[in-house]
Amino acid sequence: MSAPAGSPHPAASARIPPKFGGAAASGAAAPAGPAPAPHQQNGPAQNQMQVPSGYGLHHQNYIAPSGHYSQGPGKMTSLPLDTQCGDYYSALYTVPTQNVTVNTVNQQPGAQQMYSRGPPAPHIVGSTLGSFQGAASSASHLHTSASQPYSSFVNHYNSPAMYSANSSVASQGFPSTCGHYAMSTVSNAAYPSVSYPSLPAGDTYGQMFTSQSAPTIRPVKDNSFSGQNTAISHPLPLPPPPSQQHQQQQSLSGYNTLTWSALGLPSTQDNLIRNHTGSLAVANNNPTITDSLSCPVMQNVQPPKSSPVVSTVLSGSSSTRTPPTANHPVEPVTSVTQPSELLQQKGVDSSSTTSSASPMPNSYDALEGGSYPDMLSSSASSPAPDPAPEPDPASASAPASAAAPVIPQPSKMAKPFGYGYPTLQPGYQNATAPLTSGVQPSNPVYSGFQQYPQYPGVNQLSSSLGGLSLQSSPQPESLRPVNLTQERNILPMTPVWAPVPNLNADLKKLNCSPDSFRCTLTNIPQTQALLNKAKLPLGLLLHPFRDLTQLPVITSNTIVRCRSCRTYINPFVSFIDQRRWKCNLCYRVNDVPEEFMYNPLTRSYGEPHKRPEVQNSTVEFIASSDYMLRPPQPAVYLFVLDVSHNAVEAGYLTILCQSLLENLDKLPGDSRTRIGFMTFDSTIHFYNLQEGLSQPQMLIVSDIDDVFLPTPDSLLVNLYESKELIKDLLNALPNMFTNTRETHSALGPALQAAFKLMSPTGGRVSVFQTQLPSLGAGLLQSREDPNQRSSTKVVQHLGPATDFYKKLALDCSGQQTAVDLFLLSSQYSDLASLACMSKYSAGCIYYYPSFHYTHNPSQAEKLQKDLKRYLTRKIGFEAVMRIRCTKGLSMHTFHGNFFVRSTDLLSLANINPDAGFAVQLSIEESLTDTSLVCFQTALLYTSSKGERRIRVHTLCLPVVSSLADVYAGVDVQAAICLLANMAVDRSISSSLSDARDALVNAVVDSLSAYGSTVSNLQHSALMAPSSLKLFPLYVLALLKQKAFRTGTSTRLDDRVYAMCQIKSQPLVHLMRMIHPNLYRIDRLTDEGAIHVNDRVVPQPPLQKLSAEKLTREGAFLMDCGSVFYIWVGKGCDNNFIEDVLGYPNFASIPQKMTHLPELDTLSSERARSFITWLRDSRPLSPILHIVKDESPAKAEFFQHLIEDRTEAAFSYYEFLLHVQQQICK
Amino acid sequence: MAFTFAAFCYMLALLLTAALIFFAIWHLVLPEYLIHAFFCVMFLCAAEWLTLGLNMPLLAYHIWRYMSRPVMSGPGLYDPTTIMNADILAYCQKEGWCKLAFYLLAFFYYLYGMIYVLVSS
Repeated sequence: MSAPAGSPHPAASARIPPKFGGAAASGAAAPAGPAPAPHQQNGPAQNQMQVPSGYGLHHQNYIAPSGHYSQGPGKMTSLPLDTQCGDYYSALYTVPTQNVTVNTVNQQPGAQQMYSRGPPAPHIVGSTLGSFQGAASSASHLHTSASQPYSSFVNHYNSPAMYSANSSVASQGFPSTCGHYAMSTVSNAAYPSVSYPSLPAGDTYGQMFTSQSAPTIRPVKDNSFSGQNTAISHPLPLPPPPSQQHQQQQSLSGYNTLTWSALGLPSTQDNLIRNHTGSLAVANNNPTITDSLSCPVMQNVQPPKSSPVVSTVLSGSSSTRTPPTANHPVEPVTSVTQPSELLQQKGVDSSSTTSSASPMPNSYDALEGGSYPDMLSSSASSPAPDPAPEPDPASASAPASAAAPVIPQPSKMAKPFGYGYPTLQPGYQNATAPLTSGVQPSNPVYSGFQQYPQYPGVNQLSSSLGGLSLQSSPQPESLRPVNLTQERNILPMTPVWAPVPNLNADLKKLNCSPDSFRCTLTNIPQTQALLNKAKLPLGLLLHPFRDLTQLPVITSNTIVRCRSCRTYINPFVSFIDQRRWKCNLCYRVNDVPEEFMYNPLTRSYGEPHKRPEVQNSTVEFIASSDYMLRPPQPAVYLFVLDVSHNAVEAGYLTILCQSLLENLDKLPGDSRTRIGFMTFDSTIHFYNLQEGLSQPQMLIVSDIDDVFLPTPDSLLVNLYESKELIKDLLNALPNMFTNTRETHSALGPALQAAFKLMSPTGGRVSVFQTQLPSLGAGLLQSREDPNQRSSTKVVQHLGPATDFYKKLALDCSGQQTAVDLFLLSSQYSDLASLACMSKYSAGCIYYYPSFHYTHNPSQAEKLQKDLKRYLTRKIGFEAVMRIRCTKGLSMHTFHGNFFVRSTDLLSLANINPDAGFAVQLSIEESLTDTSLVCFQTALLYTSSKGERRIRVHTLCLPVVSSLADVYAGVDVQAAICLLANMAVDRSISSSLSDARDALVNAVVDSLSAYGSTVSNLQHSALMAPSSLKLFPLYVLALLKQKAFRTGTSTRLDDRVYAMCQIKSQPLVHLMRMIHPNLYRIDRLTDEGAIHVNDRVVPQPPLQKLSAEKLTREGAFLMDCGSVFYIWVGKGCDNNFIEDVLGYPNFASIPQKMTHLPELDTLSSERARSFITWLRDSRPLSPILHIVKDESPAKAEFFQHLIEDRTEAAFSYYEFLLHVQQQICK
Repeated sequence: MAFTFAAFCYMLALLLTAALIFFAIWHLVLPEYLIHAFFCVMFLCAAEWLTLGLNMPLLAYHIWRYMSRPVMSGPGLYDPTTIMNADILAYCQKEGWCKLAFYLLAFFYYLYGMIYVLVSS
């Protein structure tokens, strides 16, 4: 009884190790199937054709996937039959990069926004022609390109062994493709059928090269269409110098031959630059443009940050602005959001820019259709335009380094691709040189990775500090003592960026993006004793499944891992010699497998350190059957809906059914996707949707004490086979229960039934609940005493009242089922208990307090938008995540929604792009013998297309031995988020007041430790290092956050929901929740504005959260993450009220206003574009409240002004005095 | 020399402690707690105050530990959702080792106590 964990997961472990082949593969292939099929039949073309299909398999899941889109649309144009597919794809991937839009242009004129401005892309032109050219120019090129490298590979090594290897790959990963191609292979003498399967692998690599591959691809495609492909294939493999190859290929294809030649030459860059500054139109005129585009893409990669900026400019098409934007460090950040906006995808892509995406396979779309942004970015990245395009700290994208070297260098160095790495440096030098004078990586060192052990600490420091946008100041800056009580404006005017680890420039480029992976201390203390002295929390904050616009996807037979600790090979390993590498986590020396010796990037042999795995800190592997316990599951969605009187009254059913109907085709999944519905009040209703029925059948089970499934086989049905029935049901559902008088809710039994239904496959259960469960198992009592809401003493009932939901969640987790909870309730619903069903099954929790479809339209709208995102976002099934760290460090205590299966393994039934995690670390052994530590998260999941994939992030941080260095490297935002997570745990396990005390103590301890050890200044003042100067402010913000505040009336459910969010939100969103951003928006100007798409987004400075900043003459926007407030002062300029709000004067503004009217004035446009831009950067659509100065709602607004005093809490200054007092004690 | 009730208690405790040593290692929480409570009661009946006093802190700890266990419907002490957190796991392991040491010492004490009672009476 006492024995713990074992029970929940027997199922997972017990599963049969399957053969991969059959169902999964065929299922995966199916969606892609229709389009490619016709092509394949062309005799000669077969080889190339296969690539697309294989490709489709791989990438469908990805947001960025260029290949699919391009294929779909292209084919659509040519083949009327394919339209369905096209719709399907486009629907699925709203996110996809610009490329997508290109493809779809023909069909959906609306999508083109991006392009409309710029001169028509060559691609588009092609597509409009209606012939294959369009397809070829666009995405299809990319796919084919992959094949080429492969082919070259084959030629290189004619040894049969290679073939066999390839074949095996194919069989594992893509059985379906094998089958396809095996049929066709006969024609090609040169390429045995076996080789085809291998092609997918080539694709992945191809992504890496993008620039190279892209050009090559085109020819291939063209050929394939024309039927000449045989000729093409032969020439391709031959020429070692890539540039030449490309030329040849192009010439063969007859497609943009000119452009390619340009690539290798310096002149090409110039062309690119012109394109940037000048107009896109130029590009259009030149056939070369397309080629140049592809090349630039590669270049873009280098300076990841700068490139994004550029891309925005491009999209914006305003040439004039581009130069300034590139220069501003701030801009990159803004640029990040841009891609998302363009795509209109809610997914949050942090750092990755469209430009950067291009190098990856995903980015193919961009190449094809969306090349403009790429071009722009490329131009930006090119050293010429920006003398100092520092790589962004935030976007330190590893992939860039890999790709970047290739292009830029050739231009300068005129070197072949293969040697990209060395060539990179010149480019980098331009960027980094001014800032990091001393540190620059030694040029001679080509094997950048090997260098790192040698780094002298000093160099690292100087280099790291080198001016990123954030605290761009040189090293001393982050240590500069700040007198907190004297500093009146502690909050910087610009957003706070993640500090950049103090690494040598090479490593810095390779390091993982801080959007995915952050550590609270970017300088890891050498010993636990040192950490204890610093009194700072040590931990990681992860956002592993973030929507990325660029992601290298790697297919290979063997995934290279350390033999003892199973670490995936990463950029921070060292190669001892050609054949051996040393693990950076456990220091074991491993052999380099034969396959790894071939570098697809350079198509050369014997350069393992230039493989994509070693050039990118974020990569994704296609896993073989070794990584499966059972065949990959299909996407299965079950909706469990409350239809009691309360629920019908609230009216959420209409919204849900509507959203589902709209997004039914966009649900991620393949042809095996299954869906089911259950409703419940005091009984449980199942719906038989089996294909062949004339209408949905409702089956009622009233025995809630012993729930059974009436017809287990026909409740979860194939989405595509039963689509009509599902639509019928969704149309009927909102009206089926309108007259119900049933007020009870048997949630527990319904969940048990759902579990039974889902347990054979696993999947996602979405539960909609509107009240306290009142019947059957899991019934709950109201525990909230409204009189205690504003109590300053004890807040009770933060923990669950019953473990029913937790046990259920553990059972679900064992069966790979996640439960997502939508709580739409106006009354207390004991979220603390209900949330357990999601917390431990890796689900997510949404809470809509006082939801009513007519009385509270803003909530209804929010639900609608959230549902859209929820239904269409990426999803991974049956996932596990393992976090590894360098020997000497150890992890304890994980935060987030999951089940901890063993000390370093998190079991995630589902993973979604909006889930964040946190881990606390401790230092078990002294790290004195190493100068770097690494952390690696590996997320193994089944994509919605039925592929097993592993996403790996690796973060590298320096080790320091002095306390001052530890303080210099504090990432205050990460520290606050980790503290918030810890405080949630504390308040549940102990009490809220304990948690609050702990938060205050965290400030007191760290500042007093700093004062007594590092700073030798006068001890009377409250001093903090510059890196920690925001620490007290953020802690105060936490204390006033809904989750932890006392003395202010807070509903228990609201508080618990805030805690749930703290645990599961990624850092960016959590920070906004903790410390809102305040902007003044009545005087928006274009100064420093950024360009997103074709819009200009003003960037007003941040204001501190204090009423002193509010003037009656102004209007202010507060961004609280899930809510926006616009506060309009009494004396606000009538022009603003009229132009932006659409009312003649202050008095006529209504009390409840939740939208900004679309007025045709400049200020309205600016305000709206700013708000839209903010909105697009987050997954959940925020509600907008316009608050008049005198309205009662202003209390809501003012409670977020955390620097001010409230009746129950300190002002910021008082808090500082309090801290100082505590320190002196 | 007579076989008194106290001697019987010591003998029983001796045997049961041997079992407890294994339970402490295996974390069979409920049997361990029950057995320990059982011979505490026996010592109480036998009026062996010193021995009882030595065991009281552990008994109190057991009661406190079980009272403050996570919310769960069945019996048990460890919560599957948190037990794998390294710090909690480490705590439970340390707890097990401490108890093991205590039971080992107690084992010899009971042996001594039994002989002492047998000899003295």
